[in-house]
Amino acid sequence: MAARFPSTIAAWRQALEAKPRHNLPSLLANLASAIDRCNPGLNCYIDWDGGEVQKALGGIDPEPRPGAGPLEGVPIGIKDVLNVKDQPCHCASRILEGYISPYDATVVARLRRAGAIPLGRLNMDEFAMGSTNENSAYGPVRNPWNKDHVAGGSSGGAAAAVAAGVAVAALGTDTGGSIRQPAAFCGCVGLKPSYGRVSRYGLTAFASSLDQVGPVTRTVADAATLLQCIAGRDPLDTTSLDVPVPDYTAALGSELGGLKLGLPAEYFADGVDPEVTRAVRAAIDECRRLGAEIIEVQLPHTRYAVATYYIIATAEASANLARFDGVRYGARVAGQDPLDSYQRTRATYFGPEVKRRIILGTYVLSSGYHDAYYLRAQKVRTLIRQDFERVFDQCDALLTPVAPTTAYRLGERIDDPLQMYLGDIFTVTANLAGICGLSVPCGFSTTGLPIGLQILGPALREATILQIGHAYEQATNWSAQHPPHGREAIQS
Amino acid sequence: MNAPVTYKVSIGLETHVQLRTRSKIWCTCPNRFGRPPNTDVCPVCLGYPGTMPVLNAAAVKQTVCAGLLLGCTINYRSKFDRKSYFYPDMPKNYQISQYDQPLCTGGAVTIEVDDQPRTIRIQRIHLEEDVAKNVHFADVSGVDFNRAGTPLMEIVSEPDIESADEAFAYLQALKQMLVYGGITDGNLEEGNIRCDINCSVRPVGQQELGTKTEIKNMNTFKGVHRSLTYEIQRQIDVLQAGGRITQETRRWDDERGVTSAMRSKEYAHDYRYFPEPDLVPVVLEESPLETWRAALPEMPAQRRARFVADLGLPPYDAEVLVADKAVADFFEAALAAGAAPKPASNWVMTELLRALGEKEWTLAEARITPENLARLLQLLEEGQINTPAAKTIFSACFEQGGDPVAIMQAKGLSQVSDEGALTAWVDAAIAAHPKSVADYQGGKPAALQFLMGQVMRASRGKANPPKVLAALKAKLDA
Repeated sequence: MAARFPSTIAAWRQALEAKPRHNLPSLLANLASAIDRCNPGLNCYIDWDGGEVQKALGGIDPEPRPGAGPLEGVPIGIKDVLNVKDQPCHCASRILEGYISPYDATVVARLRRAGAIPLGRLNMDEFAMGSTNENSAYGPVRNPWNKDHVAGGSSGGAAAAVAAGVAVAALGTDTGGSIRQPAAFCGCVGLKPSYGRVSRYGLTAFASSLDQVGPVTRTVADAATLLQCIAGRDPLDTTSLDVPVPDYTAALGSELGGLKLGLPAEYFADGVDPEVTRAVRAAIDECRRLGAEIIEVQLPHTRYAVATYYIIATAEASANLARFDGVRYGARVAGQDPLDSYQRTRATYFGPEVKRRIILGTYVLSSGYHDAYYLRAQKVRTLIRQDFERVFDQCDALLTPVAPTTAYRLGERIDDPLQMYLGDIFTVTANLAGICGLSVPCGFSTTGLPIGLQILGPALREATILQIGHAYEQATNWSAQHPPHGREAIQS
Repeated sequence: MNAPVTYKVSIGLETHVQLRTRSKIWCTCPNRFGRPPNTDVCPVCLGYPGTMPVLNAAAVKQTVCAGLLLGCTINYRSKFDRKSYFYPDMPKNYQISQYDQPLCTGGAVTIEVDDQPRTIRIQRIHLEEDVAKNVHFADVSGVDFNRAGTPLMEIVSEPDIESADEAFAYLQALKQMLVYGGITDGNLEEGNIRCDINCSVRPVGQQELGTKTEIKNMNTFKGVHRSLTYEIQRQIDVLQAGGRITQETRRWDDERGVTSAMRSKEYAHDYRYFPEPDLVPVVLEESPLETWRAALPEMPAQRRARFVADLGLPPYDAEVLVADKAVADFFEAALAAGAAPKPASNWVMTELLRALGEKEWTLAEARITPENLARLLQLLEEGQINTPAAKTIFSACFEQGGDPVAIMQAKGLSQVSDEGALTAWVDAAIAAHPKSVADYQGGKPAALQFLMGQVMRASRGKANPPKVLAALKAKLDA
């Protein structure tokens, strides 16, 4: 069934151009009322009060010029970890209560330059730490396909909102799978760009050597459009790469002839839900049918990836989150002296998972343990990177599951952090290696929960994985499905 | 009875030097002193969520130039690290510094104490960010972040310094070189140079160093000298009484003139260093390095030698002039404006330095220009003014500024060499003092000086003394 509401960038722009039937204020007002209806059930927007649209309209031209920018007049949802001038940036944490950002993140500035309207604060795990969006001070996000299940994390709000049709597209962040996994859990498209492809300036850091900003969209074409707008060197982030940005949309076609795709044996081992394996195998067959050559490859250090990731990520996080002390911004609890005030502030306002990771990260960096943990993890990271360099000599991209399972039930893993961390096994490797990864819908479980196909590509080869994802998407109709708790089902 | 034990002192200094750059080290905020609190700040230097550092290339250049001046090895690849500890003056609660790959290693500073030259080896120089400043009021404290993010270079010496005097001389020499290099303003009042002291003593003959103590946050050279004098004696007293030195950090109480142990909570940190992931490693290229090397300014020692060899100044003059770079620059500018070396040196060393001392001014506060001084010396040379008049003009230039010729004319200080006027004064003096005339003609030359004084008085100091003398002699000897 054709969508009644513009749920993609392309559809939104078409609707805008179909004046006088539509105009920007009315399109936005309709979207706002859809959010009003869906959000109480899904909780994908933080502190949504309906006034956001009016505020957004205040600063923009209600009569957008469709030719002006590739995103002219298109609202883009923003994960609560990205700074937007004059808006809160809570990072879904109570410790940033009251903080209003004084500046735009570079990606937000680039969206504006392309004509987009940053709209709303999308829910997430506190400081992007989590895989279920249950670690939010603003409550969990629910999966629009089944509200008893999680949306995934940490960009759960972004994925749920896009899947539910209450965000046309969104910017998420991915440190260990935080874009790809919720996209898979919610049945939408998520792209983690290569490290350095997109500026991190204005992204509240979780783990600086792993974080990237990327699109969460309904279609691969939209992901290409968004990446086109945000990618490229930023003088404010010296880790962003000074290399040309290719035309991502031009690479999109329907054929995969001439491409060699690898299946890493370690990603198809025991422990993966058979329904997930079956859907991913079917997707692989589809890619073969579209002309790709499929080969088997090995990534032997995969089994160390989760441990390596949780050492490096928490080490960096322990320093990155040190600044939240209540002195300059955010919440503060008074104390007898500064140190006492810090301890009370941080004890009161950080959530349990954030505390767990700060403590873990502090431990792995502390004197006497630094070499055994942090230094060793850096060495393993190099081995994991070399694994990928080797396989990308043999093939253009890899096809894998995004996660071993479909979306967990709410509360299913919240008391077992180790099990929760193990669920990140297929996504953390891309961040450790600095390569790019795309999650595209590739089916549903018998219980109706989405399954995602992960396409991993070499560093800076986003065009290749977008090409593969797009061709696969065009050959299937998973992306055209609408969830029972989304706009199409609810709004009349 | 045993011979008294003598002790050998080992001191190492960690000297923090604020670099003279236009902007801060990670952001575009101005790097300057004295602004109202929290006005030279931005999201980056306040450590706001999501902000990232961008390394100021000028700070790297200055640190490398300091390394070149001190004869260090420049490391073509270095990196930044995070040093974690919680303190209200730290915007991020970690300081971005350099841990194991600093910009410069090795090097030395040569000092002279009691005419004995000594070489103090440098261990390393690294670049880091300065922290904010805590300000304490009656019942609250505040933090001024203007200073946060000022580029700060840390020069770590080997423990080669053996006395408080040597420590003082080392800091003086270091400051002189860095100010000469244009690397810092060297203004101690503004906190441009601060240091931490490591000090230990051991009985002469013992090879390994004694247990050291650290004295933190010294911001005057005099304070370094006084605290070391105290601490060295304290350590010797402890050892002589049969005690042992505790390795600890101590605080200098300038009023009471003592050091005292800090609570371990105040200094015992596990800094948890790890590489700064928000910055890429610093990679230096050979060619800009060569350009910087070629453009290094002259150092005090070279300048002293040049003043002696090329300008014919006595070594003492050279020493005094070169001690303060601004003064030496002023002197050389006066020469460029036409002054002769020795008279210019005399006037700078006596009049200028004396006036600065009296007013407690820096040279920048004085209104006199090098061109003014050159013009003044020219007037003196040409006999248009006499020395007392020159001093009067100098004072006016120094305090209010202005062209010496204009001041001379305005104050009516030009010497009178006009024959008519001179003759009238001379004749009047001869007529009024016949006894002196008789004395002189009777063979008492001193009487001529008396008559000369009478003429000068009559002219209110403006008569040209050699001409007066000539005229008197002409009349009396005839």
